[in-house]
Amino acid sequence: MLTTNSLNSDITAKVSVENLFFYYSNQPALSDISIVIRDQKITALIGPSGCGKSTFLRCLNRMNDTIPDIRVEGRVLLDGQDIYAPGTNVVDLRQRVGMVFQRPNPFPQSVFDNVAFGPRVLGLHRTANLADIVEESLRGAALWDEVKDDLEQDALSLSLGQQQRLCIARVIAVRPEVILMDEPCSALDPIATLEVEELMQRLKKDYCIAIVTHNMQQAARASDWTGFFWLGELVEFAATQTIFTHPSQKLTENYITGRAG
Amino acid sequence: MTVRTAFDQELQDLRDNVLRLGSMVDTAIGRSIQALKERDQSLAQQIIAEDEDINALRFKIEGDCVRLIARQQPAARDLRFIVAAMNIVLDLERMGDHAAGIATIVLRMGGEPPLKPLIDLPRMAQIAREMLRASLDAFMSENEQEAMDVTGRDEEVDQLFNKIFRELITFMIEDPRTVTRAMYLIFCAHNLERIADRVTNICERVAFVATGRMEEIPSEAGTETGIIG
Ligand SMILES: Nc1ncnc2c1ncn2[C@@H]1O[C@H](COP(=O)(O)OP(=O)(O)OP(=O)(O)O)[C@@H](O)[C@H]1O
Ligand SMILES: [Mg+2]
Repeated sequence: MLTTNSLNSDITAKVSVENLFFYYSNQPALSDISIVIRDQKITALIGPSGCGKSTFLRCLNRMNDTIPDIRVEGRVLLDGQDIYAPGTNVVDLRQRVGMVFQRPNPFPQSVFDNVAFGPRVLGLHRTANLADIVEESLRGAALWDEVKDDLEQDALSLSLGQQQRLCIARVIAVRPEVILMDEPCSALDPIATLEVEELMQRLKKDYCIAIVTHNMQQAARASDWTGFFWLGELVEFAATQTIFTHPSQKLTENYITGRAG
Repeated sequence: MTVRTAFDQELQDLRDNVLRLGSMVDTAIGRSIQALKERDQSLAQQIIAEDEDINALRFKIEGDCVRLIARQQPAARDLRFIVAAMNIVLDLERMGDHAAGIATIVLRMGGEPPLKPLIDLPRMAQIAREMLRASLDAFMSENEQEAMDVTGRDEEVDQLFNKIFRELITFMIEDPRTVTRAMYLIFCAHNLERIADRVTNICERVAFVATGRMEEIPSEAGTETGIIG
């Protein structure tokens, strides 16, 4: 069912997923997903509720591991290394592949401590100045100018849009390679949404980004590649402009034109 | 299953309006040739006046397209269809201008005696109109093959144009007093030749709706651009 030219050789594959199957207590949630997620690009994952987008995203940094009674088959290669291979250090993996969630979820602490949390846990502050890491991360998340005068303020006092950018700063503070975002703007107003999208464009120069979104215009605006999921399958994966101007699958067409799903 | 009934209805209205514009243009072309054949000045005046209706409908349709894009965020085939409609109504409106151009020539000709009986010119107009209708059918059915079949006929129109052109040149060389009248007929033929070219544009847009490919449909070498620019 999958149509893709994702396996072209002229690309920098950051994450290569090969024939991935996923089950929640023997209930299949993903079946036979193969996709190449490119470095320094934004890959959007779209599809109706329950089609497996979040499940898929969580497979990329093994966030599903904590759920009891799940089963994963197939391979997920990060820079060519299978992250499900025995002996994989999951803490290292989650440092390399960070996740931003739907609702901004800063810790009830200061802005500074939120960003410093990961570096402290990972011991990065032993080799670099923590304040520098925090500033660099807040700048990277396009939040520095708005919070620099009061880094001790409670993170929860920020606007939702600022909180979400703080969560992005928290992710990039541990110097990941891949950033996963699961509907990062669904709790944000249109301006805050555009600010996050703007930020994504800046971040993609340094990171590989995958974003799940229910906002079709967001996928069209912000991403370079788009994958369309349907009932646990990847129906079509192509350059975003192709998906939104002439998708090859009728199912994709029906979904993005609002006629199915 | 559809959850966009209102949007689908608007797309259908758009389709109907393009067809309506096309049929107005078709009528204008037919009447312009009738006015030419019969030297009917009042008909010519009517065609020129009615060209305003064609212009108005074109702008209305274009406005509808802009509104649909702004409000419905169309994608994929819907988007291609709307973009194609915007381009097609531009070509249709220009074809209307060509018909009005022929009507203007009829007014200029006034009561001068006819140079020769008109045979090839009405034939050209006939083919151009058949092409126009077929291109609109292809637009309705969004059928690429139908559109391609239409473009093949552009060649017939070009050949007729060249024939008329050569014949009128001969007239002018043999009797310089015919120059003005011959030039009028060449201008008429040129208008028809341009109309057929614009039908080809419509067909390109139909192919775009159907396939997503945006390309010029190649015409026979040398006939693509008329002798008059
Ligand atoms: N923890 C879980 N235990 C059991 N089943 C689950 C669990 N999480 C998700 N599922 C099921 O797996 C399927 C895919 O869910 P998933 O959350 O990945 O979809 P989604 O595409 O992210 O949907 P949404 O757009 O609503 O977020 C659904 O049928 C869902 O009910
Ligand atoms: Mg989800």
